[in-house]
Amino acid sequence: MELDFGPAVRDFRDELRDWLAAHLVGEFAEHRGVGGPTDGAAWEVRLAWDCELSAGRWLGVGWPQEYGGRGLGLLEEIVFEYEYARANAPYRATVNALDLLGPMLLQMGSEAQKKRFLPPILAVGELWGQGFSEPGAGSDLASVRTRAEREGEEWVVSGQKVWTSFGVHADWLYVLTRTDPQSVRHKGLTLLLLPTDQPGVEIRPIRNLAGQDEFAEVFLSDARTGADMVVGEVGQGWRTAMATLGIERGTTLLPQQLTFEREAESLIDLARERGALDDPMLRRRIVDAWISVRIMRTTNLRTLAELTTGRTPGAQATTAKLYASTRHQQLGYLAMELAGPAGQIVGENYGLDTRQRSFLLSLAETIYGGSSEIQRNIIGEQFLGLPKEPRP
Amino acid sequence: MDLTFSEEQDELRKVVRSFLAKHSDEAEVRRLAADERGHDPVVWRRMAGQLGLQGLAVPEEYGGSGFGYVDLGIVFEEAGRALLCGPYFATVALAAEALLRCDDEAARTDLLPGITSGETVATLALTEESGRWDEQGIRLTARETADGWQLTGAKTYVPDGHLADLLLVAARTPSGISLFAVAAADAPGLTRTPLPTLDQTRKQTRLEFAGTPARLLGAEGTAWPGLARTLATASVLLAAEQVGGASAALDAAVEYAKLREQYGRPIGSFQGIKHKCADMLMEIESARSAAYGGLWALDAGDEREIAVAAALAQTFCSEAFTRVAGDNIQVHGGIGFTWEHPAHLYLKRAKSCEVLLGTPSYHRELLATRLGI
Ligand SMILES: Cc1cc2nc3c(=O)[nH]c(=O)nc-3n(C[C@H](O)[C@H](O)[C@H](O)COP(=O)(O)OP(=O)(O)OC[C@H]3O[C@@H](n4cnc5c(N)ncnc54)[C@H](O)[C@@H]3O)c2cc1C
Repeated sequence: MELDFGPAVRDFRDELRDWLAAHLVGEFAEHRGVGGPTDGAAWEVRLAWDCELSAGRWLGVGWPQEYGGRGLGLLEEIVFEYEYARANAPYRATVNALDLLGPMLLQMGSEAQKKRFLPPILAVGELWGQGFSEPGAGSDLASVRTRAEREGEEWVVSGQKVWTSFGVHADWLYVLTRTDPQSVRHKGLTLLLLPTDQPGVEIRPIRNLAGQDEFAEVFLSDARTGADMVVGEVGQGWRTAMATLGIERGTTLLPQQLTFEREAESLIDLARERGALDDPMLRRRIVDAWISVRIMRTTNLRTLAELTTGRTPGAQATTAKLYASTRHQQLGYLAMELAGPAGQIVGENYGLDTRQRSFLLSLAETIYGGSSEIQRNIIGEQFLGLPKEPRP
Repeated sequence: MDLTFSEEQDELRKVVRSFLAKHSDEAEVRRLAADERGHDPVVWRRMAGQLGLQGLAVPEEYGGSGFGYVDLGIVFEEAGRALLCGPYFATVALAAEALLRCDDEAARTDLLPGITSGETVATLALTEESGRWDEQGIRLTARETADGWQLTGAKTYVPDGHLADLLLVAARTPSGISLFAVAAADAPGLTRTPLPTLDQTRKQTRLEFAGTPARLLGAEGTAWPGLARTLATASVLLAAEQVGGASAALDAAVEYAKLREQYGRPIGSFQGIKHKCADMLMEIESARSAAYGGLWALDAGDEREIAVAAALAQTFCSEAFTRVAGDNIQVHGGIGFTWEHPAHLYLKRAKSCEVLLGTPSYHRELLATRLGI
């Protein structure tokens, strides 16, 4: 796939291409395509790669210069993500802070918070984890129970968070807490920034189905953070949290979809090797897999075109995640079927090849970031205007 | 990157939608569906005269407006939404395209202005008993005589062949596939038999030629590449029509799901229905990407990309429209199963679109071949 984003960004693109050609070498080049939004593979190499990117000032391309970014526009951000994915560079270890927390702080944070937290993110000096989900609050995030109480100039936080991606690496967490004990649901919640290096915070890895200690559970017992660590207003945490989840600028889908395209191409190669293309049923599913990735591409391009021309993204932006996650899973199932018995054999210590890992991890894509069922509720209620289910 | 619509294109959509709301509402669709000719010449002339829809993407030198395929796709999408009856697809997506793609400047100059002005209804006669849309399916023969070329044989499933003033006929000659023009009125040896159709909003005809005189377009035996390209363009335009039809079916389902109550609450509050509607939207938006991707490819003009995008669009949009139209009936329950309710009109249109230019399986195979799979 070759896309030209126009003359305005050509110099920028060329600079980036040259830089990638010079720096994506050696160990970094060996880890092309490694990692993913919930894939902790080769963590140390990826972290080193993030430092390399940081030294080249390629992190925070769209962030203001005063916080260490380049202060460029959405188009440059898109070009960056596209060229980055095209070069198949390792998946950034710091992506959580770059894609979620950073934009949230830029939008809702105080000046002091921006000054304090944004530069270290771009310098890969501090890593972040998202502490939203709890054992009792998953899809129904508004039922969080982790409590935070004000004590002098501090907040004291107790409760349990779970499924925190890359939690074991986190220096800081952004946590959704209940600050008004009398409150129910969306009211009385507050978003707090909390350092992990303290006695009240215990983080235990959870092994995921691919055998990786990727996400974590977080136990908070009288954990402390400063009074100035509230993002947005006290009691308005739901709004702040939703703003984070609403930060979908279309830039994240593009690299994901290029990865899917690569997988589809490799699927076709595999099918050819196995002689599977002569089987009409398999052949049909293979073509359909290819169709899906091509449709994802056009859908993303439609959204990007709308964003860059200042239009409101259309309905496709609300259905893109549901489509991509379900179709990517189908692609994984098909790839595993084509791989046959050899695909059933893993390496030492449950070492997985790219295909096996991608297949297993694709099972999470319909769960995190709003499960497929929740996506359908949102599409139905917020986009199509269908009535909500009555609450019991 | 220009994968979005301009303000002018939004305006075009608005104008066409309000025109069709007036001239192709449900009552009119039902009237034309029940009518053997299925065509309103007054509306046809207005489409040309007021809006220039027949010549929208035809270059100005042939009396058109020289707009792009994205613009034309907008019209087809709206036509699909309104279940427009009549020979618009046959004339514009098939016949005008075939003329633009054949290597015969004189024919273009002679024949296209009639189409763009709304005087001529035209169609492409390609399929025969086998229903095949490929080169091998063309058996009808043309023979050169002292008085010029003559056609002998039969074409069938010809869209709007009963009305067409101008028939473009694909035929086999000693050196291959050639394209011919027949002025249908009083053509000697031509018999036209309208075929009763499952989808009454799109008429089909059987055409029999017995030594019918015809005008050869372009050089003998060289027509197939232009025809293949015509079918690619028509595939994309049909995909746009399918997206429009599917959108209308979803709108109907959603509207009903908000109104109809069972167990004391609107059925749209049940996840079984709500999630079905969400899946319909996802299907439609994906189909939209498939169709729009094809339209953008047509305007960009890269032939390989056009061939791929067209086959993809037909495969995906055919299946999407059929599924959504079926789900719309399901959401409506018993009322959706009646002749009175319009839901079946969309299902039947979906089924006729699905085979109009070859089935999804056929297009999937075309796509595979074009991708080298
Ligand atoms: C790999 C991975 C990484 C994650 N990373 C993070 C992270 O960094 N930080 C964080 O805070 N969280 C994270 N999560 C958590 C994620 O947000 C939750 O798993 C998700 O919100 C679903 O919640 P749950 O697991 O409690 O499932 P539940 O909400 O209990 O859902 C179980 C099933 O019930 C369905 N269901 C629930 N409610 C409804 C409804 N109203 N209608 C229909 N069906 C319904 C769901 O769709 C699902 O199929 C991660 C999850 C995964 C898998």
